[in-house]
Amino acid sequence: MTTRRSLIPFVTGIPLSIIAIFVLASRWIVPNATQQDIMTGVTAPGTAGHLFGTDQLGRDIGQLAIAGASSAVVGPIVIALGSMMIGILLGTFAGYMGGWLDLLLSKYADLLLALPTTLVALVVTGLIDGGYWVTVLVLIMLFSPTDIRMIRGSVIAQTGRPYIESAKVLGLSRRRIMFRHILPNVLPVAFSTMLLNVAFALVSMSALSFLGLGVGPGVPDWGRQLSDSRDLIDRNWGSVVLPAMLIIITAAAINLLGDWLQDRFEQRAVQR
Amino acid sequence: MDSAHSHRRLTQLLSRGSLTRFIIVRLAATGLLLVVLSFVVFALLHLTPGDPARNLVGVRNVTPELLQSIRDKYHLNDPFLTQYLHWLGNVVQGDFGESIRNNTTVTTLLSDRVLLTLQLAAFSFTLTVLFAVPLGIAAAWRSGSVLDRSVSAASIVGVGAPTYAVGLLLLYVFGLWLDIFPVYGSGDGGFDRWWHLVLPAITLASGLAAMVFKLTRTAVVAELNQDYVAFAQSRGLSHRQIRSLVLRNAMIPVATSLGLVFAFLFGGTILVEVTFALQGIGSLLAGSVTFKDLPVVQAITLLTATVIALTALAVDILYYVVDPRVRKRGMK
Repeated sequence: MTTRRSLIPFVTGIPLSIIAIFVLASRWIVPNATQQDIMTGVTAPGTAGHLFGTDQLGRDIGQLAIAGASSAVVGPIVIALGSMMIGILLGTFAGYMGGWLDLLLSKYADLLLALPTTLVALVVTGLIDGGYWVTVLVLIMLFSPTDIRMIRGSVIAQTGRPYIESAKVLGLSRRRIMFRHILPNVLPVAFSTMLLNVAFALVSMSALSFLGLGVGPGVPDWGRQLSDSRDLIDRNWGSVVLPAMLIIITAAAINLLGDWLQDRFEQRAVQR
Repeated sequence: MDSAHSHRRLTQLLSRGSLTRFIIVRLAATGLLLVVLSFVVFALLHLTPGDPARNLVGVRNVTPELLQSIRDKYHLNDPFLTQYLHWLGNVVQGDFGESIRNNTTVTTLLSDRVLLTLQLAAFSFTLTVLFAVPLGIAAAWRSGSVLDRSVSAASIVGVGAPTYAVGLLLLYVFGLWLDIFPVYGSGDGGFDRWWHLVLPAITLASGLAAMVFKLTRTAVVAELNQDYVAFAQSRGLSHRQIRSLVLRNAMIPVATSLGLVFAFLFGGTILVEVTFALQGIGSLLAGSVTFKDLPVVQAITLLTATVIALTALAVDILYYVVDPRVRKRGMK
């Protein structure tokens, strides 16, 4: 079991690095991804040099998918980072100080957790008509309550430890204790949670663009590509299979890696 | 005398840790949550960019008379709170106003579509429970076995896999390639309806099953690590007796979380209904959001929130009744 689990970073690392290359270098790999060719129209995979065929506008499905990686991945990374920053800041304060801030934050989390994320994200982003970055902002707001809760819990677990007692006895300031002593012990869990959040945000973001929100028309994006492909599923299977597999593989790889990291950090915490 | 008695009885009923007190407090909390949510849902009308009256006109020709009649109908010239109370008064009576896109009341629109969504939810919920709970128990029982490892790995993929991607892949493989199941639509009632719902239900169940599997496995593993299991084993209780003990305890958290899973199904139906072109509540919401059909959006959001809040309430009370440990600890 352990030997096989140690393979996880390599198994997940390969697809993730390929996708990272797509994100960073797509403008050089596929400079003409959005070029239309109406005369060609929809073609099946393998026709005329198009490995995955073309869509209604004659765009190459493979090139479009490579170009769509950045829109699918960058937003989710920003969401996970932003929501974890809010989580660390507010969660640490709530966990260490308690009081009305703690109460207020937990009520806010209760309110947001009372509704499915998909539904709130759909209604809010759909009604305010914001573009890509507004969607990112809305999802940060929706993701932060769980992060606040998680950090708050870990901070409270640390507060009872002897080293915090001694720091208090030494007369260190509260801010110093919170951010120099407690935080480093919370960061590993925060990091693995953040990774899991990237996967979750990737799914939510592409779900929204699947519903026609978040990404402008014409911008290459996996979710958008999938929703377009519904109409050509009978003429070009590549248009469905490629973006669907890319989303599933990316989300699964990030999830596996995050899960593996979380296990490792937990084991280390137990050993201590 | 009598009043003193009833007073004592009341204090007893409302004493810390009593069931009545618990139910009253939870009811009040749920009520408060719903009031806050209804306020937010109402505010959507004003948070949407543009003049609310114009938004409510939709694609009809904007004439000053029409705008005026809409302002009168929705009391848009009144102060915000009065508007809200008016709206809430109608909502409580089941009147969500009229749909902008379709020329019917929101209530008729919803009642035409709610059955399909309920059928889809019930179908996928049944699939989830039938597959995930037994697998979770088996995986926990033989933790580390091939079965455990493969299903656990599959569940990590399943939790992360987006429903619409899975749905479209299933649609392609079983709908078009193998041509077993119908591709689009909801069938003409009876068996045909269920036949049309097979692929959507499997799609929706795949993500949920992964979640429920993980949950069941964790619950059973936690129970197996309890001291009483080691004690029962050393006392020589049979495998079957121990299993029934463990399962009875482990199923409490599983059963309660299943309630919440059912409630959250309504979030998942949005994507599945859009993927398979099913005319349910979820696809109605997606369409209404892009069309800015606010009365419909408000109605569906509030109804979903109410269903979830009431389920959570029921689950909490059930948990409290079933698990004596929670009762002893009292309310948090």
